[in-house]
Amino acid sequence: MANVISDEMIEYVGILAKLELSEEEKEQAKKDMGRMLDYIDKLNELDTDGVEPMSHVFPVKNVFREDVVENKDDRESILSNAPKKKDGSFFVPKTVE
Amino acid sequence: MDIMALTAVELAKKIRQREISAREAVEAAFRNIEKQEAVLHSYVTLDREGAFRRAEAVQRRIDAGEEVGILAGVPVAVKDNICTKGILTTCSSKILENFVPFFSAEAMQNLEQAGAVLIGKTNMDEFAMGSTTETSYYGVTKNPWNTEYVPGGSSGGSCAAVAAEECAFALGSDTGGSIRQPSSFCGVTGLKPTYGTVSRYGLIAYGSSLDQIGPIAKDVSDCAAILEAVASYDSKDSTSIKRESYDFTSALVEDVKGLRIGIPRDYFTEGLDIEVKAAIEKAIRVLEERGALVEEFDLNFVEYAIPAYYIIASAEASSNLARFDGVKYGYRTEEYEGLHAMYKRTRSEGFGAEVKRRIMLGSFVLSSGYYDAYYLKALKTKALIKKAFDRAFERYDVIAAPVSPATAPKLGESLSDPIQMYLGDIYTISVNLAGLPGISVPCGVDEKGLPIGMQLIGNCFEEKKIIRAAYTWEQSRTYQRCPIAKKEVG
Repeated sequence: MANVISDEMIEYVGILAKLELSEEEKEQAKKDMGRMLDYIDKLNELDTDGVEPMSHVFPVKNVFREDVVENKDDRESILSNAPKKKDGSFFVPKTVE
Repeated sequence: MDIMALTAVELAKKIRQREISAREAVEAAFRNIEKQEAVLHSYVTLDREGAFRRAEAVQRRIDAGEEVGILAGVPVAVKDNICTKGILTTCSSKILENFVPFFSAEAMQNLEQAGAVLIGKTNMDEFAMGSTTETSYYGVTKNPWNTEYVPGGSSGGSCAAVAAEECAFALGSDTGGSIRQPSSFCGVTGLKPTYGTVSRYGLIAYGSSLDQIGPIAKDVSDCAAILEAVASYDSKDSTSIKRESYDFTSALVEDVKGLRIGIPRDYFTEGLDIEVKAAIEKAIRVLEERGALVEEFDLNFVEYAIPAYYIIASAEASSNLARFDGVKYGYRTEEYEGLHAMYKRTRSEGFGAEVKRRIMLGSFVLSSGYYDAYYLKALKTKALIKKAFDRAFERYDVIAAPVSPATAPKLGESLSDPIQMYLGDIYTISVNLAGLPGISVPCGVDEKGLPIGMQLIGNCFEEKKIIRAAYTWEQSRTYQRCPIAKKEVG
């Protein structure tokens, strides 16, 4: 395997991905990601100098609209799926001391 | 009469003419479901009560002589990543085990406008990440042609339900082949429209720049009619395209005289199963005999599509799936201390292995220091692939190709080697990268008795050309029902 993923790297990516991996999962992830990157490195064979990166296949522009409220008050509906709620709001652990 | 053997369009006609009632159609679908679901597991959720209620409502309008839509009373199954108001929508993930949307996807609303009767939500690979429907948290779906095999994926439940006649037609979604590949494996017809044709509003996002909703049905005529019903410009989807025309059914013409069909030489090389190759070449010969001008050409960049796809799709997935954090909907972990621990534990417990794998890869390729080397490189590769197709469509109206290198694999054989599984998407993935329309049509079975599909690819906005070619091909053969469906309805 050409790409060796370090423990620090898996730790860092885990933080970015907001995932808490078990030791076993970390080892597997290191292997999987290494193999995947080896495979992806195939793209290095391609000369892409001067090629514009294409994020969208059509020449589309931003879609703007007037800043007018169109939806009705959906608070109750939106909250209906919340795992925890309180006083018409989502309930989360304390974040600010 | 075997109601479920009819196509959606045929059934709709009989319902409008009051030969069959909408209720009878729903009853017929549920008879097949009761007989087969214990084995097949095409559905995550069935809504029997709601289906009958909706059927009665449609029937009342027909009885009153009101104008009804072209799919009025026809039972439809919808992939479980498409939001349906008041009906559980799980994406086949634990993290959405209790998510009941309070709105319907635009495509779903359009379907209801056309009178279709929703009967249930179909199984899929978790968050549409997979090619076999084996990554579903709710268990695998089996191929109705042979239950030792996978139905393909990620829209495996939708395709199995159509093949096994547990619905009249279905909606799927296609990010890298997820409509076309399982359609091929299940012997049904599936169409991925040009990017931006069907609104993505209410489609739970995987790779937003690639995702498209499309029809899965028994034949090309159904696909054209269903696409006409679900396609629309939608201001709620910022990538929705205002097309000049939403007519697709006028292309249902048996005529390919002068149609220029290109055969990418680099799709028919090693790695393509001999039986699959032979079946597709035979189908192409039929089109040639009907007057199509067939020519081989080199498409180029074929082997770069999969690595580019997995960078782009994983990057977009890592961003799209950030919304599943245990705050607004879905699963939340039981025990946690503090907000961040809650996020992390919720996601770690709620997502399956393949989803985590792609979120990790996506986070990595977008991280500082790697963004240019991976993500930008993939977007540049995408530009080259798009240009290769542009060049091909200067000379050809339609590209004919395989859908998948082989027919369906056995259950349990794919997940242990992800890269091997990804390679199976080689003929479908570049179509998503280039935003093109593609259709998968059945073109025979192999020695094992498993269906083979042919893919017809068109230039952007040229669905009509692939519909015409597919329809002409279809006229040369009769629809092959899968063995389960052929059994006498009790």
